[in-house]
Amino acid sequence: MELILEGVFTAFRLVFSGDADVWAITWLSLTVSGTATLIALILGIPLGILLALTRFPGRAIVVALVNTGMGLPPVVVGLFISILLWRSGPLGFLNLIYTPAAMVIAQVVIAFPIVAGLTMAAFQTLNPRLRLQLLGIGASRPQLLWLLCREAQLPLLAAIMAGFGGVISEVGSVLMVGGNIKGQTRVLTTATVLETSMGNFGTAIALGVILLTLAFGVNFILTRIQQREQIRWPRPS
Amino acid sequence: MAEALLTLQDILVQYGEAPVLEVPSMAVHAGEVLAVIGPNGAGKSTLLRVMGLLEQPIRGRVTFQGQEVTRDNALTLRRRMASVFQEPLLLNASVYENATLGLKLRGLDRQAARQRVHPWLERLGIAHLAERSARSLSGGEAQRTSLVRALALNPDLLLLDEPFSALDPPTREGLLLDLETVLQETKITTVFVTHERSEASILGDSVAVLIGGGFRQVGPSVEVLTQPVSEEVARFVGVETKLSGVVETATAGLARVRFNGGEVEVVGDFRPGERVLLCLRPEDITLSPREMKGLRSSARNRLAGTVVKVTPWGPHFRVVVDCDGSCLVALITRPSFTDLGLAETTPVVASFKATAVHVIRLR
Amino acid sequence: MPGPTLRALVLAASTLVLAMPLGTRAAEPANRIIVLATGHTLRDSGLLDVLIPVFEKKTGYIVRPIAIGTGQALAMGKRGDADILLTHDPEAEIPLVMEGYFINRRQFMHNDFVIVGPAQDPAKVARTKSAAAALRQIAEAKVTFVSRGDDSGTHKREQALWKAAGLSPTRIWYIEAGQGMGATLGIASQKQAYTLTDRATFLNLQKTLGLQILLEGDPVLLNLYSVMEVNPAKHPKANHAGARAFSDFLISDETRGLIRDFGKERFGQPLYLLDPVR
Repeated sequence: MELILEGVFTAFRLVFSGDADVWAITWLSLTVSGTATLIALILGIPLGILLALTRFPGRAIVVALVNTGMGLPPVVVGLFISILLWRSGPLGFLNLIYTPAAMVIAQVVIAFPIVAGLTMAAFQTLNPRLRLQLLGIGASRPQLLWLLCREAQLPLLAAIMAGFGGVISEVGSVLMVGGNIKGQTRVLTTATVLETSMGNFGTAIALGVILLTLAFGVNFILTRIQQREQIRWPRPS
Repeated sequence: MAEALLTLQDILVQYGEAPVLEVPSMAVHAGEVLAVIGPNGAGKSTLLRVMGLLEQPIRGRVTFQGQEVTRDNALTLRRRMASVFQEPLLLNASVYENATLGLKLRGLDRQAARQRVHPWLERLGIAHLAERSARSLSGGEAQRTSLVRALALNPDLLLLDEPFSALDPPTREGLLLDLETVLQETKITTVFVTHERSEASILGDSVAVLIGGGFRQVGPSVEVLTQPVSEEVARFVGVETKLSGVVETATAGLARVRFNGGEVEVVGDFRPGERVLLCLRPEDITLSPREMKGLRSSARNRLAGTVVKVTPWGPHFRVVVDCDGSCLVALITRPSFTDLGLAETTPVVASFKATAVHVIRLR
Repeated sequence: MPGPTLRALVLAASTLVLAMPLGTRAAEPANRIIVLATGHTLRDSGLLDVLIPVFEKKTGYIVRPIAIGTGQALAMGKRGDADILLTHDPEAEIPLVMEGYFINRRQFMHNDFVIVGPAQDPAKVARTKSAAAALRQIAEAKVTFVSRGDDSGTHKREQALWKAAGLSPTRIWYIEAGQGMGATLGIASQKQAYTLTDRATFLNLQKTLGLQILLEGDPVLLNLYSVMEVNPAKHPKANHAGARAFSDFLISDETRGLIRDFGKERFGQPLYLLDPVR
């Protein structure tokens, strides 16, 4: 128990004393997972909407793949991407292994199915006839998409938070593709693993506290935005 | 004759192998209120979607205001129409925000939108609900909102797909009358789909009967409802008594037709030997007890028969009478029913005017 | 574009993406980057954190130390995914040099392993004088022994010691942790069990553990560290120039001075002892 309390105090000390290492690690966690989530949103939300609202041959297979992808173990993802990015691998010439870029790629693979699957579920909660009614009242296709997103914003926001949550807290893939290199690819989760393996439990808990605070902070902001957002109507297009 | 606002030419809609809607040619005229009736699965909703430019047929042309609808002008033309469906399909927002949706989509600013929408909210009696969340509305209030949303657009064509069928009868009646007033005042060209014949006759100037994906009869409402051109249509418009017979004698304007249970006088120009189907609406048949002698009535046709079945029918009674093997269906008011003391096996006389009989020539 | 708050979010997100140190490292010309594969214990001791910045500043190279355990490091070197190796398993290293995967192997420093265990010492290890005898007594007493179990240099040494003692430990009292030294020591401490550990890691964690050094000094417990470069003939894409530079740096006088002083302040004794390099 004292260990946990010690961890909390260490967390405060590290953050507020401006410990450069801790700030660098925290910042990298935020930027890597933030970027990965953003890319996952750009790829995943349109796919989710497509799967929810349209029918095309092979749709069932894509849906099954997305649902399977939601449960991908991060360490397996890390392994596959490492093999691709290693110098001895097919994409070795890109020199991406052990860089933050590789970490973003791995996390996109993890977050993208989560976002796509939950977006699909979100849009499937909408009345299927709503689409026709909105078109029948004069919405253009972009306007229709915007209105549907607005209607589904609660579950859509959940999809975003799930995507972010899934990657900010994972360690398996960023450890493999990033290498946990101090000052270059060390993030909160991999640093925690390191400190634990070295027996520095106080520091490990501190890093864990910082990670939780970070995740909570982001989710809090997203939830506030959703609650405060007034209806803004799309301009004609 | 007003010009055609919307025309359909050679339209075919098919899902998989089965044709769902086939319209060789059809026109909706400016200022007209057209009611489309038909059984479930007839393709009425599909028709409305094709008219509303919401569904593309496999083949055929749609013309709106003289312009053929193409991919390029579809959005512009669609924006001159407005659709209302059976479910209100409102967004999770206030009544006011839902009502102004169509205007906002077309780029109207807040001020202009408010000015357009407010009178309509008043007119349809929901101005006091403007700030309420759409989720908290009753079925009728929600549908009124949906109507305001459409009417505020001042559309050139209004399309309504069974807008009242999800409502309870008193709500339905209230809305129906309000809508009738609105349509009469604004003269908006309207096409509405319903499976209630009464709605069709109240709202519609013309009626189109759609059965199995094709139009079977189009014409002024009274005509279609009382003079169906085929047995199929007759069945649908509520003609319950159908007797097939042969013309025996014919003079100018009158004919006698012999059928299974007797002879009937009808109005019309016929030739002896023609095979015909006699159609009678239940409201046109009166029943009286058989023993009554010397009964004066203007009905020239009187057939003797026996009551076979009595069914309560809303405020009335539906009585099936067997006249020597032929079935006649009459609608009797409750007071009359009690007065006559009708029950199964009661002998009665069924009478109806010659002019009430609608004759369909059979091939 | 809807909503000032939403706009702010989009702006923040874009800043995030732009701030990502994505380009900085990946865009470095490949020949400035040296991938160094090494074992956990070397990283955990903190020596690399001292040496690498000095090297980077001096030469302008950027070193990527990947601490994955000796077994994996050797595999990485064979594949050509690393440029230079720092490992401590001569039995595995030498054959690979013979086969031509690595060149210029320099054994340049050592420290030692120790056997630690609970203070009560139920197997009476402290009375023995050799590692083999100690292990025999542990096996006879059937007291719990925690192994790294992760194909690391430490693990391989431990396995060699069992083999040399003519023993094959049975499952009941022999636990394989499958983790790093710190975690393994943690398990041993919680279970009051014996384990083989390098001295440096143990000294580092001693105050959090309920264990003591019970056997040390046996020559077989010497832990020899070597540096070797990936053979450019087998992997032309490897950064051989950089690897050679780092190897030379490790045996330079300045570095030897750093290694000699490393750990003296904290533990009163150097953690690594230097060896002459032929």
